[in-house]
Amino acid sequence: MRLLEKLGLAAAACLLGANVAAADTIVKWLHIEVNPAQVKIWEEVARSYEASHPGVKIEMQFLENEAYKAKLPTILQSKDRPHIIYSWAGGVLKTQVEAGVLEDITDSVKSGGYSDTIAPAALAAFTQNGHVYGLPIALSQVGFLYNKDLMAKGNVDASKIKTWDDLLGAVKTLKAAGVTPIVVGGADKWPLHFFWTHLAVRVGGKPAFDAALKGENGGFAGETFQKSGELFKQLVDLQPFQNGFLGFKNPQAVGYFGDGKAAMILAISSFYHTQRALAADKVGLSDDKLGWFDFPVVPGGKGEPSDTLGGITGWLITKGAPKEATDFLKYFISKDVQARLAVGNFIVPVVKGGEAGLNSTFMKQIAANLAKSNYHQNFYDQSLGPSVGRVVNDVTAEIAGGSMSPQDAAKAIEAAYKQGN
Amino acid sequence: MARRIAIASPMGVAGETAPQVASRGPSWDGRFTVLILFLPPALLLFTLFVVLPIGEAAWYSGFNWNGFGRPTHWIGFDNYRFVLETRAFWLALRNNGLIVAVSLAIQLPLALTLALMLAEKFRGAVALRMLFFMPYILAEIATGLIFSFVYDGDYGLVASIWRTFGAEPPHLLASTDTAMLAVLIVIVWKYFGFHMMLFIAALQSLDKSLVEAARIDGATRSQALRHVVIPLLYPTIRLSVFFAIVGSLQLFDLVMPLTRGGPADSSNTMVSFLYNNGISRMRVGYGSAIGVILFVICVTFAFTYKRWFMRDE
Repeated sequence: MRLLEKLGLAAAACLLGANVAAADTIVKWLHIEVNPAQVKIWEEVARSYEASHPGVKIEMQFLENEAYKAKLPTILQSKDRPHIIYSWAGGVLKTQVEAGVLEDITDSVKSGGYSDTIAPAALAAFTQNGHVYGLPIALSQVGFLYNKDLMAKGNVDASKIKTWDDLLGAVKTLKAAGVTPIVVGGADKWPLHFFWTHLAVRVGGKPAFDAALKGENGGFAGETFQKSGELFKQLVDLQPFQNGFLGFKNPQAVGYFGDGKAAMILAISSFYHTQRALAADKVGLSDDKLGWFDFPVVPGGKGEPSDTLGGITGWLITKGAPKEATDFLKYFISKDVQARLAVGNFIVPVVKGGEAGLNSTFMKQIAANLAKSNYHQNFYDQSLGPSVGRVVNDVTAEIAGGSMSPQDAAKAIEAAYKQGN
Repeated sequence: MARRIAIASPMGVAGETAPQVASRGPSWDGRFTVLILFLPPALLLFTLFVVLPIGEAAWYSGFNWNGFGRPTHWIGFDNYRFVLETRAFWLALRNNGLIVAVSLAIQLPLALTLALMLAEKFRGAVALRMLFFMPYILAEIATGLIFSFVYDGDYGLVASIWRTFGAEPPHLLASTDTAMLAVLIVIVWKYFGFHMMLFIAALQSLDKSLVEAARIDGATRSQALRHVVIPLLYPTIRLSVFFAIVGSLQLFDLVMPLTRGGPADSSNTMVSFLYNNGISRMRVGYGSAIGVILFVICVTFAFTYKRWFMRDE
């Protein structure tokens, strides 16, 4: 009998203990960042938020990029879903909103003039039908990051690469000099789609993309998209990539560039930083060895040279998240924290005044490019949603591997777009 | 004679005691009680974990659905049409066929040969058996990761072997011509040990006096092997073939870390095709259609095989 009593007391104690623990609000925050230097700052920001908000705990969870994308639909429908998740906006966000798995945080974001501190275009990316579901954290641009030493070894003046033909010429010269011209993570497919989509941005510009969305001019099977495939094929035919590029995952490829084994990489501006973390020696290429040139223009192309392809990345609040999650997010996307991340050159800030922190000429250049761009195209594979976006990635990988013609590739995208979701 | 009984199979022992049991066999009432008691739980579990999910998949396959909320957009058999129109699906099916063929033509004969050599008692036999069985113990994902390093064209073992011959090493997993071959090699390496163990177990429970009798009657070793041992192994071989084919049809976890089905879908299996197209793309209806097709193939095979080859067991 006494044993039972003891057990009862122990159980009661446990219940009480559980109650005390439940008084703490835990904010679960799922991210995909691979750069330890940046994650370290995030951790510090989270801890400082906890210090000023007793009873709130910020829990960081990590998933690798591809795994994250694959698991997200399941994660979002679980009762135990994280409260803050990473997002590239676009069609994937639209799908999530339609499914009702995101929290409408419009009121919280609009209150106290907070939303005015953020660049309108960036905030718009996380707004659907006038409702805000998340906050942007950074903008990025796609362009060529190059290794100055290897370019010099191949006798190529990177500052003179302005047109697609210039790029093809540079590839030939570099190959002749025994330098691997371009490294790409072909196994992940999306790094390959940068070539094709950026060509489409140059060939057709915004009008072509908008028309394709409406199904005009042959949709994605139309002239613009066939042409970008053909131009991409011109490059592929020169065999510009490292050996076995279809087996390289993106982190491997970025590391390969950081190791100084290839002259160029068609990069997201943030690779400027990740190449250090992913290089074999964890040091990578120093600033004075790195160069950048914008994606070359295409003769007769309708896109402006200042048009940019890139990402608008940010964080979403999921349905049923505690209000502390939104509060923390607002704290995280504030001028102070953005400036702090800018000082480390991790991001091009979205909060007004945040860019003042940027101290590398490289990141300042990217920020300037984005500021003067009138058409910033979000990555196609995000913008078109999971189903069509993945087909874009597939077919560009197939063009690169030589198993599909540019015409068939464009048709495959259009077919997927029509099937839709 | 005592030795003979000791090595007799459990079936043989049961056979000898069977008559006594039969004399007090259960009445019809008894069987009915057993049915009432034991059928419902089994039926419930079977319905819950087998019938319902399959039924659900079949139901979802009629929708254009991204996996969020309830499906609403009914499109009938369109998903099946889309699947059958996809080149990658036929590639995946072909790859499954290849895996089955390699399992039957290379893996099982290899396993049988090794089993015949290692079933004898000699010094080191146990160690060798363990060595060959080891790959089977290793987790599939780990195996895939290890081999993706082995095959790496820059740093891998294969690359260094290639370089000793002074040749530029290939990236086996990155070429549409070689990726599937590379996967097949890993499959054989990983699973032959399992079949070898099955064969060894069968060989050890074999009635050795039959072989001795054949030898006394003047049969050579190979004749005894061909006409006595192998026929006695048929039940195990049939089981092994069954496992090999069903396993081949379901192969997934080796492919993902190695190639993820790429490049250009050249090494997809049906299941990795299902995952890449149904799950990653959030086309759950489409994925369900693939699942149903795979299920029909597996069930058709299992029943046909059981009917034709495993009738006696």
